[in-house]
Amino acid sequence: MSGEQGADPLYVPDAPHRPGDEADFVEWPWSPGDVGRPEIDCEASETVDLAEGLVRVLGDDNKSSGDWDPKLDPEVLIQGLEHMMRLRIFDDRMMKMQRTGKLSFYMRSFGEEAVAIAQTMALEERDWLFPTYRQPGAQFVRNRDMVSMICHCIGNEMDNVKGRQMPVHYTYKEGRFISVSSPVGTQFSQAVGVALASNYKGLDEVTITWIGDGASAEGDYHYALNFASIFQAPVILNVVNNQWAISTHKNFASKNGNFAVRGIPYGIPSIRVDGNDFLALYSVTSWARDRASKGFGPTHIEVLTYRAGAHSSSDDPSRYRPSDIHNHWPGGDPISRLSEHLKEIGKWSDKQHEELSERIDSEVMTAYKEAVKFGDLANGPYPSSDAIFTEVYEEPPWHLMEQWDEMKRWRDS
Amino acid sequence: MPNMNMVEAVNSAIDTMLSRDKDVIMFGEDVGYFGGVFRTSDGLQERHGKHRVFDSPLSEGGIAATAFGMGINGLRPVIEIQFADYIFPAYDQIVNEMAKIRHRSGGEFWCPVTIRTPAGGGIRGGHHHSQSPESQFTHTPGLKVVYCSTPYNAKGLLISAIEDNDPVIFFEPKRCYRGPFYGDPHNVPTWSDHPEAEVPESHYKIPLGDARLAIEGDGCTVISWGAMVHVCEQAIKDSGVSCDLIDLQTLVPWDVETVVKSVTKTGRCVIVHEAPKTSGFGAEMAASIQERCFWNLESPIERVTGWDTPFPHTTEWDYMPGPDRVIEAIVRTQEN
Ligand SMILES: Cc1ncc(C[n+]2csc(CCOP(=O)(O)OP(=O)(O)O)c2C)c(N)n1
Ligand SMILES: [Mg+2]
Repeated sequence: MSGEQGADPLYVPDAPHRPGDEADFVEWPWSPGDVGRPEIDCEASETVDLAEGLVRVLGDDNKSSGDWDPKLDPEVLIQGLEHMMRLRIFDDRMMKMQRTGKLSFYMRSFGEEAVAIAQTMALEERDWLFPTYRQPGAQFVRNRDMVSMICHCIGNEMDNVKGRQMPVHYTYKEGRFISVSSPVGTQFSQAVGVALASNYKGLDEVTITWIGDGASAEGDYHYALNFASIFQAPVILNVVNNQWAISTHKNFASKNGNFAVRGIPYGIPSIRVDGNDFLALYSVTSWARDRASKGFGPTHIEVLTYRAGAHSSSDDPSRYRPSDIHNHWPGGDPISRLSEHLKEIGKWSDKQHEELSERIDSEVMTAYKEAVKFGDLANGPYPSSDAIFTEVYEEPPWHLMEQWDEMKRWRDS
Repeated sequence: MPNMNMVEAVNSAIDTMLSRDKDVIMFGEDVGYFGGVFRTSDGLQERHGKHRVFDSPLSEGGIAATAFGMGINGLRPVIEIQFADYIFPAYDQIVNEMAKIRHRSGGEFWCPVTIRTPAGGGIRGGHHHSQSPESQFTHTPGLKVVYCSTPYNAKGLLISAIEDNDPVIFFEPKRCYRGPFYGDPHNVPTWSDHPEAEVPESHYKIPLGDARLAIEGDGCTVISWGAMVHVCEQAIKDSGVSCDLIDLQTLVPWDVETVVKSVTKTGRCVIVHEAPKTSGFGAEMAASIQERCFWNLESPIERVTGWDTPFPHTTEWDYMPGPDRVIEAIVRTQEN
């Protein structure tokens, strides 16, 4: 007897939509109010409905409802809207700059603006952020100067990472926004360590971190869940399921399509939340913060969203998915959903929206013009190449000193 | 003979092997439907089927481990690590598992896996899209390590790697995918009209362990691999010194015969690589050459390498060894 199999020798999944296909997403069965808020000290097993369902606050009628409604002051919502619009306009401008050769590379958060912004707004300023390249919006919440962000992306003389990293690899210690690293997933388990250090020092600080649906296949994701659960770390572990990892659909990251439920067997309360619903994100995150801060340990959150744009400026998604697919995402667009809600409650108008948009537009242009005063990509000035040798170690050892001298000899000759 | 760039040559090698041997399969991040972020597997899924060329979860450790399992059970997997910088989550599987399985099982199991990965700088990739980690693998007994430099050797070496019954790490200098790199970032030639871009459509092999004598001369032996081979070619031209240029091609096992013969003839040697100097493969070569050629050496062996620092983003041209540094080293070997 040979052990040979029949017709289909190897099962390989596929993406549901390829170029030319119609984007026929199934309508969401979940509505606001479907799932309740558990007790703050709940067990993982009490969150099964939250992990299998979806926390929504904003309904299709643009009204907010249900146990999870954070009942935020409209001022806070307007601030959130402003940050999201700022991020989108900023991203569009930077992408244009990239297209005209003014940046070497860029990555937008298009369609996912609510994620980092709502979640960071739900935290305290002393809480630590351990992001990927898809959460730069958190910096606006923490008041980072836009000029300095652009200088980093250009890699000019004022780049605070001194021309060492690619664009969008921000670092902003003042805002407790920890340096973005290219190898995906690494931050997820490191964040558990950051959280445990706060614990050890007896500080009421919570750490939040994010990982992509794709990167959740890396070992780091599982290390994080295990360590966080074993040591009851005050950490909020988010899987941002935007359906894609470059060209690879999330069907290659999860067989049943649900990331949230993975936290439960690790003993971590787990929630799936509508990632384009600002209020739901805010609410779930403040619940998780409260829990961590009271000593009940980690929360695992799947943020359900859609990567509306290309993976990066190097990517062309029309090669692997229908080009207008993001317009069909059942979760809609985070910015219009929040602005429609604000209009619904009588706190916002098209005119205000337009004015704000124009104000941000000129804010971004002004910042860009200010930033290029410190150098542009084509002509510099760049950070000095001395920065190649500094901060490799606290003090450069002899062999680096020797090589540094040699580099200078070549550079200055 | 068709003219191919290095992307097409790599594609052609995998295509050839998929057609010849049903045990060959290929997988990795974004290599299936999309055809790879550098397009090296473009069209292969369509031609050979989804069960032979497919996307994998984003997990280098998982990719390597799965390839290991397939390899010991009779398949001949070709895996892609999207950037050499991202090979480290797979390091344990490669170094402790693939490299040792033949030995540790008393020869009962072996692992004919080929690990392809784009390496090296010059594309403004910063720390994590530019590294050249070959010496982190040459230091591991049980692995073969290959570094191609042209379309022609890319295809011939890759076919040998796939047919080899040991695990092979196959580095592709990404800066040279679409043209040779002579050290001047503003000069961006393509492979068209380059003699090393004449690539047969059919199956051919360049044996692992054979170096390529790219230029022949008698005043100095210049040894390099990957993108730096072209930088050395430029440097030799501009130096006015008659040199042998040895494109090592395979680092483990390296072509000791060709190297010793050349250094015995020239008495002078310059080794050039992009990777950092400390514990770089140049150190191994220099030590071995002096063991074997000490009495023929007329001057100290020179090394021109990347600095012992992370690879920078905006200032990468102050990091990558350029022709000027190579020329100076060649000239210095002539002084005694
Ligand atoms: C360890 C590692 N492997 C591969 C890559 C190349 N890469 C960069 S982003 C990416 C996809 C990430 O997808 P996901 O985790 O879903 O995040 P998203 O981009 O969707 O936010 C890949 C494969 C990388 N940066 N690091
Ligand atoms: Mg994703």
